[in-house]
Amino acid sequence: MRFITLCVRTLAVSESNFISAAEHAGETFVLNLGPQHPATHGVLRVKLTMDGEYITRAEPVPGYIHRMHEKMGENRNYAQFLPNTSRIDYLSAMHYTHAFVGVVERAAKLEVPPRAEYIRVITSELNRISSHLVWFGAFLLDLGGFTPLLYAFDDREKILDLLEGITGSRLTYCYYRFGGVCNDIDDEFIRGTRAFLEEMRPRLKLYRELVTDNIILRKRLIDIGPISAELCRKYGATGPVIRGAGVPYDVRRSEPYSVYPELDFVVPTHAEGDCMARYLVRMEEMGQSLRIIEQALDRLPEGPVLGKAPKTVKLPPGDYCYAVEAARGRFMVRVISDGKEIPYRVKLRAPSFSNLSLFEEASQGMMLPDALAVMGSLDLVIPDIDR
Amino acid sequence: MNLPEPFRLLVFLLGTMAFVGANAAYLVWVERKGAGRFQRRTGPTEVGYAGLLQPIADAIKLMSKQLILPPGVDATLFRLAPLLVLAPAMMCFATIPFSETLVPRNINVGLVMVFSFGSIHVMAIMLGGWASRNKYAIISAARIVSQNVAYEIPMLLVVITLLMVTGTMNLHEIVQQQAGGFWNWNFFRLAANPLMPVTFIIFYICMLAETNRAPFDMAEAESELVAGAFTEYAGMGFGVFFMAEYANVVIGCSLATVLFFGGWQSPIGVLPGLFWFLLKLYLLVFSVIWVRWTFPRTQFYGLLNLSWKILIPLSLFILLLTSAVMKLF
Amino acid sequence: MSAEELAERFSRLFPRASAPPESTSADGVSADGVVPAEPSRPAQETEHAARGCHLEATLASGEVVAAARLMDEHGFAIDAVTGVDWLAEGQMEVIYDYFHPVNGLRVAVRARIPRENPEIPTVSEVFPGANWHERETHDFFGIRFTGHPDLTPLLLPEDAVYHPLRKDFSGE
Repeated sequence: MRFITLCVRTLAVSESNFISAAEHAGETFVLNLGPQHPATHGVLRVKLTMDGEYITRAEPVPGYIHRMHEKMGENRNYAQFLPNTSRIDYLSAMHYTHAFVGVVERAAKLEVPPRAEYIRVITSELNRISSHLVWFGAFLLDLGGFTPLLYAFDDREKILDLLEGITGSRLTYCYYRFGGVCNDIDDEFIRGTRAFLEEMRPRLKLYRELVTDNIILRKRLIDIGPISAELCRKYGATGPVIRGAGVPYDVRRSEPYSVYPELDFVVPTHAEGDCMARYLVRMEEMGQSLRIIEQALDRLPEGPVLGKAPKTVKLPPGDYCYAVEAARGRFMVRVISDGKEIPYRVKLRAPSFSNLSLFEEASQGMMLPDALAVMGSLDLVIPDIDR
Repeated sequence: MNLPEPFRLLVFLLGTMAFVGANAAYLVWVERKGAGRFQRRTGPTEVGYAGLLQPIADAIKLMSKQLILPPGVDATLFRLAPLLVLAPAMMCFATIPFSETLVPRNINVGLVMVFSFGSIHVMAIMLGGWASRNKYAIISAARIVSQNVAYEIPMLLVVITLLMVTGTMNLHEIVQQQAGGFWNWNFFRLAANPLMPVTFIIFYICMLAETNRAPFDMAEAESELVAGAFTEYAGMGFGVFFMAEYANVVIGCSLATVLFFGGWQSPIGVLPGLFWFLLKLYLLVFSVIWVRWTFPRTQFYGLLNLSWKILIPLSLFILLLTSAVMKLF
Repeated sequence: MSAEELAERFSRLFPRASAPPESTSADGVSADGVVPAEPSRPAQETEHAARGCHLEATLASGEVVAAARLMDEHGFAIDAVTGVDWLAEGQMEVIYDYFHPVNGLRVAVRARIPRENPEIPTVSEVFPGANWHERETHDFFGIRFTGHPDLTPLLLPEDAVYHPLRKDFSGE
C-alpha cells in the first residue's frame, strides 16, 4: 500500500499547473470532488486533502443548490408554502409534506379523519420504499455495480405509477392537505398496492441473493466506515445512519404521529455501524414498510378523507414543531406564528444536513473508494442539505 | 497462405486493423445490447436494425468532435498516448493463430511477443494520465501501474506453468499439440497439472485485471475517478482508448483460447477451424461482459491483496506442483 | 429520566436570578418573550402533542454552553440550532433543539440576544454537529457564535455579506 502512496506522491508533486506550489512543499494535495462528480449524486462539493489515495481531510462544501426555502416560507401563507416542502427532499416528498401539514394541524388543532391518516401512512410508506430503492440503485452504482439500479427503478416505477394515480404527480407529491388528503384512494389503487406487496417480497429476496450476498459487495461494505452511536449523537445523525449504529431511534416510535402507534412494525437496527449495517437497515426497512402498508390496507376505515379546515389557515401565536421519520431520518418543521396568515419563521431541520456533517470526522484516514462508499451509505439528497 | 511476402504482410496488416476496428465497434454494440438484456431493457434499437449501425454513428460522432488539448498538458505525450495504447494491441494479433493456416506471423517466441506488447498499453495509459495533469488522471495512472505490476506476476507464473506442459512458446505449435478431441485441450490435461482449471481461473482473473475490465476497472472507476486517466480526453482520443480496451479483451480471450481451449481445434471434428476459434473466443468475451454487468467494483487495496496474498502464492504452488508432477511421472 | 427531572436540573443549574435581561430595545421588553416562565424556573414542561416538544428552557445567552453540557451529559443529541429575528423587539433569538435518541425526549433551549450586537457562545465544542448549524445560522441571521472555528458562509455564496432571514433584508 505504501507503494501506491509513493507512486501518487511522486507523480502528484511533479511539475503541473493543477498542483500548486504549496502542495509541492507539503506531501498532500487537494482533490475537488464535485460539484459535478458521479459519486455525489447532485451538486455537492467535497474538498479532499489527500495523501496519496488516503484522505487526510474531507471538507464538504454544500450550498450549490441552496434555494432559501425558509425565506420563501416567510413570504407566503401556509397553503402556498405546502408545495415547497415536497421540493426539499425530492425523494421523500410525502414525509416532508406530512411534517408541514402536521405542524399546521397541531397548531390550529385541526381534526384529521381516520381514513385520511391511514391513507397518509400507506402513501408515506410507499414513498419510503421508492426512496430506498433509488438509494439502493445509486449506492450500488457508487460501488461500480451497474445492474441493480435498473432492477430497483423497475420496482420503483410501479410505486410511482400507483402514486401518480391518486396524487397526479410522480415525484414532488403535494397530496396531503391541512386536515386530510386531497383525493380519496380508489379500488384500483388498493388492488395495485396489494399486487405490489405480492411482487415486492420476492424481489427483496432476489436483491438479497443477487446483491447482498455477493462477496465483492460484502468485502466493500463490511467493516468499512464505522460510525458509532456516539458520533451519531454528537452530530445529530438520524435515520438509517443511527439505526445502523445500533440505536433504535425512529420518530415513528419516539414521537408517535399519525396512526403509527396502532401498527405493528419493527425498527431494524444493526450494531456494527459500518456501511453494511446501514445497507442492511435500509433493506430491512423496505420489508417493514411492506408490513405497515399491508396492515394499514387491512384496517383502512371508511369515511371522509378531508376534515374541516378554514380556507386561509391562521395559527395562534406561538412556536410549534412537528417531526416525522423521513426516508433519510428525522425531518422537523418548526413554525413560529405571530397570528397572521403567513408564518413568522419556518425552520426546516433536514436529516441529510446532519448526516453529512459527520462525514468529515468519519472519513478521516480512509481511502478514496471507501470514503465514497461511506458517502453513498449516508444516502444524501443534496437539495435536502442545501434547502 | 501462398502469397508473395510483401502482399502477405499487407493483407495481414489490413486484416488485423480491420479485425481490431470491427471488434472494437461491434463489441461495444454487443456490450450495450448485453448490458441491456442483463438489466431488463433493450439496449440500442434506433440506428439500423436492432441498433446495428449504432457503433458507426458513435464513431462518426466521436470523429466529428473537437480534440481538446487542455491548457497545461504535456501536448506530445497527451497526443501520443492514444496511439501508444492502440498500436501494441494490433501488434499482438500478429502472432495469434486464427486457424491452421491463418497465422499472420508464425514465430517461435510468439507468447513472449504477445506479453511484451501487451504490457505497453498499460504504460501508455499511465502516460495519458500523467500527461493530462489532472489529479484524477494521476491517481488513475498510479493505480494502473501498481495494478499491472501486481497482476503481471501471477499471469506470467501461470504461463510458465503452461509452458512446462507444452514445451514451446510457439502459439501455433501449442494449438497443434491440443489436436484431437476436447480432452486433449490444455484445460483438461490434468495428468500434467492436476490444478489446470484453477490455473485457468487465475489466468482469467489476471486477464480481467490486465485489461482493466470490471470488477477490476480501477483505472477508469467512473464513480470514483470520473474517467480516470481518460478524464481530459475528448472525441476520438477517448474513443481510441475504448477501442484499445476491447482489442485487449480480444487478445486476452484469444490467448486463453489458444493456451487452454485448443485454439482452432474442433471438439467434434466438423466445421472449419476459424469458426471454432472465433466461437471459443467470443464465448470468453461474452463471459467478460457478463462479469462486468454482474459484479460491483473491488476496492483498490482489495485488488492488490488478491494478487499478492492469494494469486501469487497459489500460482507459485501450481508451478511447483506441475514441475513435481512432470518430473515424477 | 423524565422531563420533570430535567426541568428540575435546569432550575438548579440556571437560577433565573442570574440571567440578566438582555433586552436593548427601547420599550424594554423582557428577554423571555415567548415563554413567560416563572422567575425561578427557566425550564417548562410543554405538552408534546400540542407543541412538539417536551421541555422548553429560556436561558441567558451565557448559559447555553452549560445547557449543552447538561444535554450531552444526559445523552441528548443535537437536533438543530436556529435563529429568529424579533425585529420589533430589537432582539435575536437562538433556539437549540435537542432530541434523545433512546427515550425520544425533545428539549428546546432558547436564548435572546440584542439585535445590534448578536453574539452568543458556540456550543460546537460540546456538540461538533452544532458547527454546521451555527454556520448556517450565522449565514442567515448574522449571529456571531464566539469561539466558533469557522464562520464562513456554508449555504450562501462564499462572498455573501448579507443575512437573508433578517426581517429587514430586502433582497437587493
